[in-house]
Amino acid sequence: MSGLSCLDVYTASDAMDDPRSPRQRWMSVLARADAGLLRALLDAQKPLPAYKVLRGPEAGLVMVRGRAGGGGAAFNLGEMTVTRCTVGTENGLIGHAYVQGRDEKRAELAALGDALMQDPAWAEMLECEVIRKLESHQARRRAERAGKAATTKVQFFAMQTMRT
Amino acid sequence: MTPGFANPVADAQACFRAVLDAIAHPGRIRSVPHVGAPAPLCAASAAVLLTLVDQETPLRLDPEAEPARPWIAFHTGAPTNGDSFVLALSWPDLETLPAGTDEVPEASATVILQVSSLTDGQTYVLEGPGLREPAKFRVAGLPADFASIWLRNHSRFPRGIDLILCAGDTLAALPRSVSVKEA
Repeated sequence: MSGLSCLDVYTASDAMDDPRSPRQRWMSVLARADAGLLRALLDAQKPLPAYKVLRGPEAGLVMVRGRAGGGGAAFNLGEMTVTRCTVGTENGLIGHAYVQGRDEKRAELAALGDALMQDPAWAEMLECEVIRKLESHQARRRAERAGKAATTKVQFFAMQTMRT
Repeated sequence: MTPGFANPVADAQACFRAVLDAIAHPGRIRSVPHVGAPAPLCAASAAVLLTLVDQETPLRLDPEAEPARPWIAFHTGAPTNGDSFVLALSWPDLETLPAGTDEVPEASATVILQVSSLTDGQTYVLEGPGLREPAKFRVAGLPADFASIWLRNHSRFPRGIDLILCAGDTLAALPRSVSVKEA
């Protein structure tokens, strides 16, 4: 093979400091994906294989636990609506997805994406054409929100020094 | 891997009703909603598992049913380290199964046994709670000395195991309270 494929580029740089397994990473990207964008990106690929839904899509609640404020023991923060779906492709691969909210189509597409990412015939193409694009889209959105939030942050220390 | 119930809530309720009816009226044959059963399970035993078994009910799996293990694990999440429920493709030794105690008779095993037919084979006469008159019941696939085995099970009431018989998409039940005689 000549040159680096986009999979090689990922393994070379990002995988080093990502504690997640490759599957955890792509499942997380697919689960956060915007339904319209995910649909458009998947439809742009060669005809998607037939698949059947093994479970769901069904909505339920999960308890979110975490250390509020970053300290102390884990605490029940609240319940969150989650939709889950599992699909199986013709060649026996099974994809799972748990996505936030009640969008059933989105959960089904994310599960299909997970199943196809386990298929060597699809993995590289989807990594380049779908996962990467979604990932950068999500990173951009995150940066945008972080930027908006940053402008509202009050610098107590700066105000103190201004007064004196 | 095949899907479970097409309509998980309604179908599980319908199947629960079928099991309830079958236990309340020993020997009565009920049918279950359609389910994509994995080999070597029949539709009825798969439906009963989907309905009765979950994360809190340990299941003992017949070694012959091993190919269905991933399906059962995925759809029910049942641990396979105990024997609240026993899925059997051939007659299990009842002596090795928990029969509960006189104080806690419900801590006993429920055996889901797959048989070849509920419409032909040996005829038995059932008598006991739920039956106004003795009822005739035919089943193919039970051991030849089933009546004497069942007598031992029935005589330790309120201890004992309950039996759900599945064939194709139909089921019938023999609770420990029923007495069985060969016709």
